[in-house]
Order: sequence, then C-alpha cells, then structure tokens
Amino acid sequence: MTPALNIHRLSVTYRRDRQEVEALSGVDLDVGAGEKLAIIGESGSGKSTLALAIAGLLPASAKIAGRIEWPSLGRPPVNGRDIGFVFQDPSASLDPVMAVGEQIAEVARAHRGMNWRQAYALAEELLARVKLPEPAALRKAYPHQLSGGQKQRVAIAAAIAGRPGLLIADEATSALDTIVQRDIVALIRQLVDEDGTSLLFITHDIALASEIANRIAVFRNGQLVEAGATEALVASPQQAYTRLLLQAHLGLEETVR
Amino acid sequence: MSAPLLEVRGLGKRFSRNGRPVAALNGVSLNVAHCETLALVGPSGSGKSTLGHAILRLIEPDSGGISFEGQDLLALSGGRLRAARARLQMVFQDPQAAFNPRATVAGVIDDPLRIHGIGSRGERPGLIRKLLERVGLSPDLGERAVHEISGGQRQRVAIARAIATRPSLVVLDEAVSALDVSVRGDILTLLADLQREENIAYLFISHDLGVVRAVAHRVAIMDAGRVVEMGEARQVIADPQSATGKALVAAVPRLRCGISTENA
Repeated sequence: MTPALNIHRLSVTYRRDRQEVEALSGVDLDVGAGEKLAIIGESGSGKSTLALAIAGLLPASAKIAGRIEWPSLGRPPVNGRDIGFVFQDPSASLDPVMAVGEQIAEVARAHRGMNWRQAYALAEELLARVKLPEPAALRKAYPHQLSGGQKQRVAIAAAIAGRPGLLIADEATSALDTIVQRDIVALIRQLVDEDGTSLLFITHDIALASEIANRIAVFRNGQLVEAGATEALVASPQQAYTRLLLQAHLGLEETVR
Repeated sequence: MSAPLLEVRGLGKRFSRNGRPVAALNGVSLNVAHCETLALVGPSGSGKSTLGHAILRLIEPDSGGISFEGQDLLALSGGRLRAARARLQMVFQDPQAAFNPRATVAGVIDDPLRIHGIGSRGERPGLIRKLLERVGLSPDLGERAVHEISGGQRQRVAIARAIATRPSLVVLDEAVSALDVSVRGDILTLLADLQREENIAYLFISHDLGVVRAVAHRVAIMDAGRVVEMGEARQVIADPQSATGKALVAAVPRLRCGISTENA
C-alpha cells in the first residue's frame, strides 16, 4: 500500500532568545494510507512541532531540514483539502462571529468547488455525521451557544469537510472531560474508518493512544524513541523511556506497585 | 469518634447563565476527616470546582453551612478568617497562572509567611530554604524567577507555599493534571509524604479516576451540583452504583495490550 506520507530525517529548529532550539531532530516516520498512528510524548517532545511541520504551519522563522513526501498525492498538500486539523481548543479554532454551518460550508466551497447551496447542504449532513442534534437548526448557531464537546464536533466536521486524506488531531480531547473525550475519540475513529482517512492522533496519554491507534510512535526531546504496532509496543516496549511512560500510567487496572 | 475536620452541610449556590438560574451546587453535604484524602470527581460543570471555591471562601454559597476545625467557616471575618485561611490552603492546576510571573521562588513562598506573621524578617529566609528542601527542591532555587523553572518544579513551589502556613486541609484543584506523567508520580509521592508527616487532609479535585484511585481514601462523585455517590475510592471505582459513576469509570482510557479489544 502506498503510504500517505514519508518523513525523512526531519529536523526543525526554532530561534528563541537568540538561541537555537532543536524541536525535532532527524525524524524518520511513515504514515500508511488509512493508518491510525498515535504520536505520544511529554511536553517538549516535539509532537506538536511534527504536526505543524506536516501541515506546513511552522512559523517562517523555523529552520526545517529533511523531507516530507506525499507519494500518493504527487504534489504538495493543500491544507483543508489534503490535511484536516483538529486542535485542542475548539474555541480558538472556530470563528466566534460566524455561524457554525457557514464555517463548515466555507471549507467545502474552498476545497470542493461547491456553491453555497451545496456547501450548506453538506454542512448539515456533516453536523449530523458528527452526531450533533437538530443539524438544520444548529447550522445557524454560533460557537458560544455550544458546549466544549459540541464545539469540538463542529471543528471535526470542518476538518473533514474537504475530504482530506490525512486528519491530524493534536490533543483534540485533552480539554474535554473524560465522558465527552470517550465520545469524541469514538467519533474520530468511526469517521476515519468510514472514509479510509489516515489519522495522526497526537496525545500525552498512552492509554488513549492505545485505544484509537494501530501504531504508536513515542517521542522524547525532539527524537523518535520507538514506533511499533500498538499491542506490541504496550506489551513489550523496546526502549526504557517507553517502559517508564507505561509504568507512570495510572489506570484502573490492578497493578503491582 | 472525633469531629470531622471539614463538614459541609446542604450547600447551595446558583449562578445566572444567559439570564437563567443554574444550580452549581444543589444541597451538597460531605465530610473530610483529619489526614484523609477525599477526591471530588465529576463531569465538567458538575460543581466540583465550585464546591472547592466555596470551601476556600472564594465564592459565597447561597445556602447551607461549612464547619472547619469546629468553627462556622461562613461566619468568620477579619482576623479570625485570616487565621482559618492559614489552616486551609490550595494548589491549582496551573502554577504559572497562579503566580506573579516576575516573582522569585523565594518571594512566592515568603508571601504567606509574611501575611500570616510566621517568623521574623531575619528568620524567614531560613524557613523558605527549609520549605524548598521539604518539597524536594534545592534551596538555591529561591533566587530564580518562577517562569524560569520547569512545570514540575513550579508545582512543588506551589505546594511549598501551601504548606508554609501549616494547613490542616489543602484543596488540590486538578493540581497534577497539567504535569507530564513522568513528573506526576513524584508529585503524588510528595503529597502522600506530606500528608503523613504533617497531618494534612486533602480535598483532591480531579477528572482523572486513575490518579484518584492511586491517591484517595474516599471519593465523592458529583453531577449537576449534587453528590450522587460517595464511598471508599477503590470500591466505588471498581463497582460504581450511580449512573454518573458508571459513565465516568467506563470513560477511562484503558491500555490496550495483548488481545485486541477494539470495538469492545
């Protein structure tokens, strides 16, 4: 199967206080078509920098070395059409003074060549698909009228409105309570499975990663520590740092301490 | 049996949202015993943080009562309230937001000592160094600005500030939620050590049942401003009785290993 993207020796350096800080160094990683890959790491691991680099959203001052290739695309990716992005804080990603239906429709107009009527019809369809109640009425609602979980569903609808081949979710459920988190994770999994979309699921929570991903890549201090199939990585981690993350996880399982 | 350290009786608080009254607290009653950790869990909007704020007297409840160390906490004012506040401290989720960013570590810990008249001006630097050591930090860190140190170090400073006035109860509101997991374990160990050695009770507000299971003696599950279930933490988490408790336990991410449990 052709991978959705290949990352070769990717390094990203930021300049901060006249000092160079290497946020990613020499990362090699592939994302398969239709694969659900979780990127896990603690603060400063470079996991969000990786997402921004893939989406071409790094600040202009960042120095980038290495390559990101999209073999199945054969051209540079377009945000919205080829990559959908869901961030942690839906309040920051949604326009507060635009009706939510319009925000979703705008993506479809920009990337799928639809007219407004078609785009609004699609927005309503997508609001139903992300399981929001009364999509016809909700289309006209503004973000402040929705709960945090509902806003994240709208952000997901907007992210998939361009039918991207890759969906990036960067700590997309971290600001939500666990009950809402569970529903949103189930929704993301269902959507990418139905559409055959590749998923890059970025999280600090190794248990959450294991629930959604086929494969997990562990990052630390800008480097890829190890990557492997979820069950294998959880059951027999190869690296000490992965073992440390697994040991530090506090679950509901009976554990020997 | 001795009286509980903290006794909350029938606490009520209404907020107005879009002109409509919303019951943030709707007749909440609970006790915290000396040296006990009681966890408060619940979905967002369940009232757990509002309850914490009411106990800290950061908001005034509309009805009900709070007794702390045998005193009617809601009736206290002036010097007696200040004295009670020394015994009732707090640590929040984001120490960066809780501190003046230009303050030094020593300055942050000096504030409660000065305000509560603990130690003379000459004695306080020594007390600060002891407190820093007490929370596992180098005393030399005192000169650093709070924004220069790591998140884990900052939360240790917040704990040092909280214990500086020798409290009997500390409200921990999502106090370890923003920490990296590799740091979180050490902070939880520190909190447990302090509890044992300084006889501190904790009201541990958290959304994370895994952490609650590891640290709390008892748990109170809140939903829509009410306590819907309360009991021994491990027992409640192993076999929740309330619908909210069941939903919260079911929502905890499980480490998937070995046989696939996908779509389970």
